[in-house]
Amino acid sequence: MENVIYGWWLPPDVSTHGHQIDFIINLVHWFMLVLFVGWSVFLAVALVKFRARPGHKANPTGVTSHLSTYMEVGVAVAEVVLLVGLAIPTWAEQKAAVPAEDEVGLVVRAVGEQFAWNFHYPGPDGKFGRTAIELVDGGNPLGLDSSDPAAADDITTINQFHFPVGEKVLLYLSSKDVIHSFFLPVMRVKQDAIPGMTVPLWFEATETGSFEVGCAQLCGLGHYRMKGYMTIDTAESFAAWMKEQAELASFEDDYY
Amino acid sequence: MSDEHHQELSWIRKYVFSTDHKVIGIQYGVTALFFLFFGFCLMMLMRWQLAYPGQPIPLIGSLFSDSTAPGGIMLPEFYNQLGAMHGTIMVFLGVVPMAVGAFGNYVMPLQIGAPDMAFPKLNMVSYWVYFLGGVVMLCSFFVPGGAAQSGWTSYPPLSIVASEGQTWWLVGMLFLIASSLLGSVNFIVTILHLRAPGMTMFRLPIFVWAQLVTSFLLLLAFPALQAASTLQFMDRVFGSSFFLPSGLVVGGEALAVSGGGSPLLWQHLFWFLAHPEVYVLILPALGIVAEVIATNTRKPLWGYRSLVYSLIFLGFMSFIVWAHHMYMTGMGTTMSNFFQTTTMIISIPSVVILTALIISLWGGAIRFTVPMLFALAFLPMFGIGGLTGLPLGLATPDIHLHDTYYVIGHFHYVVAPGTIFALFAGVYHWFPKITGRHMNQTLGKLHFWTSLVFINGVFMPMFFQGMAGVSRRLYDQTFYAHGAAVQDLTIISSVSAWLLGLAQLFFIVNFFRSIFAGPKVEDDNPWQSTTLEWATPTPPPHGNFLVTPTVYRGPYEYSQPGVDADFTPQNIADENIADGNVAGGGTAPGQP
Amino acid sequence: MEIPHVVEVHPETGVANAKLGLWLFLASEVMLFGALFSSYILLRVAAVEWPQGSTILNVPMATFNTLVLIASSVTVVMSWLSLKLNDFAKYRVYMGITIVCAFIFLIVKYFEYTAKFDHGLSPATSTFLAIYFTITGLHAIHIIGGIVVNGYLLGPGARMWKTDPEQFTGRVEAAGLYWHFVDLVWIFLFPVLYLL
Ligand code: HEA
Ligand code: HEA
Ligand code: CUA
Ligand SMILES: [Cu+2]
Repeated sequence: MENVIYGWWLPPDVSTHGHQIDFIINLVHWFMLVLFVGWSVFLAVALVKFRARPGHKANPTGVTSHLSTYMEVGVAVAEVVLLVGLAIPTWAEQKAAVPAEDEVGLVVRAVGEQFAWNFHYPGPDGKFGRTAIELVDGGNPLGLDSSDPAAADDITTINQFHFPVGEKVLLYLSSKDVIHSFFLPVMRVKQDAIPGMTVPLWFEATETGSFEVGCAQLCGLGHYRMKGYMTIDTAESFAAWMKEQAELASFEDDYY
Repeated sequence: MSDEHHQELSWIRKYVFSTDHKVIGIQYGVTALFFLFFGFCLMMLMRWQLAYPGQPIPLIGSLFSDSTAPGGIMLPEFYNQLGAMHGTIMVFLGVVPMAVGAFGNYVMPLQIGAPDMAFPKLNMVSYWVYFLGGVVMLCSFFVPGGAAQSGWTSYPPLSIVASEGQTWWLVGMLFLIASSLLGSVNFIVTILHLRAPGMTMFRLPIFVWAQLVTSFLLLLAFPALQAASTLQFMDRVFGSSFFLPSGLVVGGEALAVSGGGSPLLWQHLFWFLAHPEVYVLILPALGIVAEVIATNTRKPLWGYRSLVYSLIFLGFMSFIVWAHHMYMTGMGTTMSNFFQTTTMIISIPSVVILTALIISLWGGAIRFTVPMLFALAFLPMFGIGGLTGLPLGLATPDIHLHDTYYVIGHFHYVVAPGTIFALFAGVYHWFPKITGRHMNQTLGKLHFWTSLVFINGVFMPMFFQGMAGVSRRLYDQTFYAHGAAVQDLTIISSVSAWLLGLAQLFFIVNFFRSIFAGPKVEDDNPWQSTTLEWATPTPPPHGNFLVTPTVYRGPYEYSQPGVDADFTPQNIADENIADGNVAGGGTAPGQP
Repeated sequence: MEIPHVVEVHPETGVANAKLGLWLFLASEVMLFGALFSSYILLRVAAVEWPQGSTILNVPMATFNTLVLIASSVTVVMSWLSLKLNDFAKYRVYMGITIVCAFIFLIVKYFEYTAKFDHGLSPATSTFLAIYFTITGLHAIHIIGGIVVNGYLLGPGARMWKTDPEQFTGRVEAAGLYWHFVDLVWIFLFPVLYLL
């Protein structure tokens, strides 16, 4: 477990796309700061210079220059740049251009429920087994159908999310009950998990480490403790973990 | 005058079921102040749990029942109730009734020179329906399972599987919506039809324009929530599935509903109302600030027409930005591009309005009265709130910032040091007209400076918390590593909130003391203002004006060249200026 | 002080207070039913299956009700016209018929509803039935509102005819506008729910 330092600004970023988001966030804040300081100075000067005092009279005409118009146009132009130059392209890349299943290193499902994250790995065959709500019970939170051959090697975990570093991960997000929001702060990933919908998302990690999975949408009294653990593995340790999980699963099968 | 005025009205008709817009305005104001105070108390409790999670609430902890805070330790479900009800009460029962119901009702007819609202009886009904809605909301705390706890946004399916309090919330909302609809019809007809002779649209004070645009927003946006609440009510009470998709498993059990509904439908309907609603919170506030600034700079507002056009444009645009609250719902590029673009466009009229207000200061002779202090502080505070709307409005930064404390910081800066400060400015500004007495300036200044410091102490840390990734609506943020790392900020925020509460004592004491013991107002126009509300006797009688005023000029003719006095009221004819009649006080008859 | 433009029209808007207020109110009603119709479209487009209305609902009954409402729209205009022609007795007849029509509509609706309930069909059955009950229910509430207003104008409210005929005629006109709107909503509802 690495010692992660969280502070008063953005958390560390271990994703390939995160720096683009951080760049926009920081840039917008510089822009805002400049505007705010500029306006504040004007305000301060005006308040001192034009305070009511004996012998000072108001001038009803006030400012006649067109400076403010230029400034308003300037703000608009800056916004257009931010929008067209940065926000729209990054969104198109990150949220809309989801890679196909054969372009990625790992396909996985994440399903929210009150108050945990279920993860569903397809196993070596790369196929998700069938799930059905009738089969859901305490030991089978996803309702995985064990009679489906594709399900035999599937792995499901609760609140444990492992994925390999340096490979694209394609994640299908949904929810069993209410709306949750899948939040990986260090990966700059956030997406609502909405029952009745399955939303694909993708990301790729640049570093290994252990982090947290959060829920960002109010989902009931346990919203605050709907936390999962995220581990970014090397390819080897990911394979080892998968194997371990597979053994665990077969042990459970024998046991029941 | 009709003889109605000569007969004595019974006490009940005069003060309880009154049809006089001024009495109704005061009723709205008192009720809304109560709810603001109540919403504030809910928040102070929450701030304890946030700062010291899991520790018993001091002093009053033992007063709570076992279903809310056993042993004084707040339960998560109670925290969620407090959050949802704080939001609902502040927005729908506090700020809107104060800004529109109280100030709009009291001041707007006076400013346009009308004897009353167009439909006085309807006005009374609006107030009482609002009152009923408030009672329903308050009662909901005492039903089994407690009050609504799914956020003020009430997203289904959570809100549909929630306890009974949610049904009360829906019923309460339907009352509040009905009240707003009746009120907005009344406001629009009054502004369009009841203007005094000579009061053209472009001679209306900015406050009146703000009320007009606000009324249109209420009129056309609220029906969406009316529809949505009706549908949610059906889902909860009659078992339909408008917002419930098929195949839900709640608490390990398949939900026995027909399914086939859409949770996102609610969000679209809700935000179609709730985005215009946030401009309902800010526009009247801008109007108040404009009045106070014009009066206290002793010069005309800069860019009156651009202010008016910006208000109208803002109102129009506010109907097509709603989905910027929904970027994370799995929206495609086309939708997100559209809403990002409209959101950037809507920020421009706000910039124009704010710029016009700041530039108005240039060249003035600024009097730092208490209302002016609040109005001046509004400018940079709203600036912070508005500017932080920009990263949220761009979908990409919103990936990280959505549903974090950054959003909480953003909107509190616009509503608390923004709108609430403007409301305070309004109270201090119009208090002498309404009560006939002055408020104490020293207490007012103490109230201002302490509030300004502490309110920043409450909300500034939230931006950093949000940046760090702390989600909103968390009962205990230390559960997460990044939350525990910024817990210090939470404590700063909470301590500031309690101090802010103490600071309000200056106001509360000042307010009640001044009603009974404040120095009497000598002049009907104590601030030497130009608008018509000051041309009435103090306090204005039933029917408002002794003689229907005639309007000869625009609303902000201060320090006009060739005029001795530094203000020329709207109802003074040019001939009378020469007579030196101007400074003679507000009751100057409107006829030449 | 009298409130201006209670009777005489405002030079800029060309209407009196009550009429302007009513138009504004109707604008908000359009938004209300607009929101419900949009919801209907959204849910239907997203639905896997959606029944044809006529297979579940009783089209003949609804057709009859449509005719009843259209008739009442005519009579409400006639009642206003009678006032314009200074014929108060005729006004009472036409207004009476309008109210009777509204009651007929509600009675038919009552039979339609109970028939559904008897077959175990309720808002919980399907989203189609849920939207049917919600929109027609809301419409029925509007009809009841119309009965109350028209009933008032026929009964106690009619005293104003003696004191202030002009304002009274204005009120009847406004109530008529509202009534037309309620009819119009039904004329939308009928094909959307029963036929499509
Ligand atoms: C009064 C209320 C109000 C106002 C005016 C605004 C104004 C704006 N809001 Fe805000 N907003 C809310 C209330 C408000 N908002 C609320 C309540 C929520 C949360 C709801 C919830 O989820 O519970 C929210 C949430 C919210 C979101 C969703 C965030 C999320 O959930 O992820 C977004 C995203 O686009 C947004 C954007 C904006 C924008 C672009 C503006 C723009 O209109 C701002 C334009 C203004 C400026 C650009 C400032 C210009 C300033 C100056 C010129 C003056 C400077 C002066 C000096 C320094 C002296 N807001
Ligand atoms: C108009 C709206 C409004 C206003 C004014 C406020 C005011 C305040 N709010 Fe709130 N708030 C919301 C609307 C508002 N809020 C909403 C919509 C939410 C989201 C809810 C949700 O998640 O669903 C929220 C959520 C919210 C949270 C987040 C909870 C969470 O996510 O878990 C917090 C946390 O600190 C908070 C704090 C505060 C504070 C410290 C103030 C202070 O600034 C208060 C300042 C107010 C005053 C200073 C006025 C006091 C008035 C008086 C004292 C009257 C005097 C009385 C008489 C004369 C009789 N608010
Ligand atoms: Cu799940 Cu919050
Ligand atoms: Cu918005």
